Amino acid sequence: MSRLGPYTEKAIAHFRDPHNYGRIKNPDGVGKVGNPVCGDVMHLYIKVGKNKKGKEIVAQVKFETFGCTAAIATSSVITDLAKGKTLEEAVKLDRQDIVSSLGGLPPVKLHCSVLAADALLEAIYDYLGKNKKEIPKDLRLRHARIEREKKEVGKRYKDWVKIEEEFYKE
Amino acid sequence: MAKKIYLDYAATTPIDPRVLQTMLPYFKGEAFANTMSLHNFGRKANQAVEESREAIAGMIGAKTGEIIFTSSATESNNLALKGIGFANKERGNHLIISQIEHDCIVESAKWLENQGFWVTRLPVDRYGFVSPKDLEKEIREETILVSVMHANNEIGTVQLIEELGRICREKGVYFHTDAAQSFGKLKIDVNKANIDLLTASSHKIYGPKGAAMLFVRNGVKIEPLLHGGGHEGGLRSSTVNVPAIVGFAQASKICQKEMKEENERLIKLRDKLIKGVLTNIPGSYLNGHPQNRLPNNANFYLDFIEGESLIMQLDFGGIAASTGSACSSAKLEPSHVLLAIGLKPQQAHGSLRLSPGRWTKESEIDYVLEVLPKVVEKLRRISPFKKLDQQKSG
Repeated sequence: MSRLGPYTEKAIAHFRDPHNYGRIKNPDGVGKVGNPVCGDVMHLYIKVGKNKKGKEIVAQVKFETFGCTAAIATSSVITDLAKGKTLEEAVKLDRQDIVSSLGGLPPVKLHCSVLAADALLEAIYDYLGKNKKEIPKDLRLRHARIEREKKEVGKRYKDWVKIEEEFYKE
Repeated sequence: MAKKIYLDYAATTPIDPRVLQTMLPYFKGEAFANTMSLHNFGRKANQAVEESREAIAGMIGAKTGEIIFTSSATESNNLALKGIGFANKERGNHLIISQIEHDCIVESAKWLENQGFWVTRLPVDRYGFVSPKDLEKEIREETILVSVMHANNEIGTVQLIEELGRICREKGVYFHTDAAQSFGKLKIDVNKANIDLLTASSHKIYGPKGAAMLFVRNGVKIEPLLHGGGHEGGLRSSTVNVPAIVGFAQASKICQKEMKEENERLIKLRDKLIKGVLTNIPGSYLNGHPQNRLPNNANFYLDFIEGESLIMQLDFGGIAASTGSACSSAKLEPSHVLLAIGLKPQQAHGSLRLSPGRWTKESEIDYVLEVLPKVVEKLRRISPFKKLDQQKSG
């Protein structure tokens, strides 16, 4: 596959023209994650719907990301991958799915793909929790790990987060 | 036609065609030979190198024999620190550098620490200035060398070099300065500034890569890093890269001749860029000192922006720039220079360096001022952090 610098053309295309960015008003689930490695931050919003078989699916998905080319490209591609999937399928999406849909990432940027997978998982976790639904054990464990990492990154951005929160209160 | 605007002259410069012309005879014909050879071919090559040495020495007020040619500023800086360290071990084992030195000084100092030396790293203020008072306090009995760069490669701040040099001279400590960014752009007098060692490089001033120098004042005790045939007065054995050195000298001469006018032109472009960015982009700030900076350096940080994506987006628009963002570094760490001037990691994340040069036109600066705000806006739209921006602009 052809490349632009260290990135594949596919990664660049997603970065240049990201799919599904922005916020969803009154989302069913929100995932907010930070990357302790480099300090990137990603927010992911979902609306949950039902498919023909009555199973819950990711009906709508949008993201907001502060980060590098890889962070934005992986954010964009996870929204494509998640859209229309059942919640069960969506939580199984992992960094490998993301990296291969982009045709690869530079080794130093592989950690960015974790961020996108985590954000989706967190949004689904948020939805399940809010709606008092049963949360599988492995989801709870992954959530605990993400929480720990978020705390670390949260320290870095507390000024900005405060400004954001105050703005949305108004 | 797609635009291609190079604003990364601080990283490296293209060669000036006038420089290239003077180099060509030294690749073949009668002047290609080893400068150590006694025959006519060797003497011709040697003569060219000695004339180059004289020209470069003259630019900084040095004696011809005080210039050691090397392959790069990295090599010169390694030679300065390690060479002084090992030659002066009996006198002491303490070195002083600043917190904003180039990686090749930082890493050389770290390596020396592993060899049993002690290193003090002087802090800088928010503009990047080392305080002469701090320096005076830190010099002690065992101090053998102080190394503070003349002009910073990232934020462009030019140190109060004469004051620092005076203190070192009074205390009897060698003073080295890395002038890779300032040589050929600012006037330097090694005697007036009491500089004992100085690093300069060819490829930053429109000369070829592969040539640089270390000025070593007569009488300074220094050990070579490269042992061999005894080139460069025994301080740097290696067959001499004659064409590159001839090019380096020619590039230096052109810079010296055109310095005044070129600086006036560059300062105009630089200040237009700075003013344009600060007024047109909310949440943008200048790094470094507003006036006391390199004529060709503009460095900013932008709220809610990550530098690597900014560089990529600018590249789509045909603009070549650079950043100190963690995401763009192999180590995934933000620039140590930006942290040293007091920026938080997230602010260093959004840093942008634009460095114009000899072939930058005013129309190109105008183009950058048109594209940059749009790109910043686009990235902020994607980012979860953006509201400060909207609040500010109402």
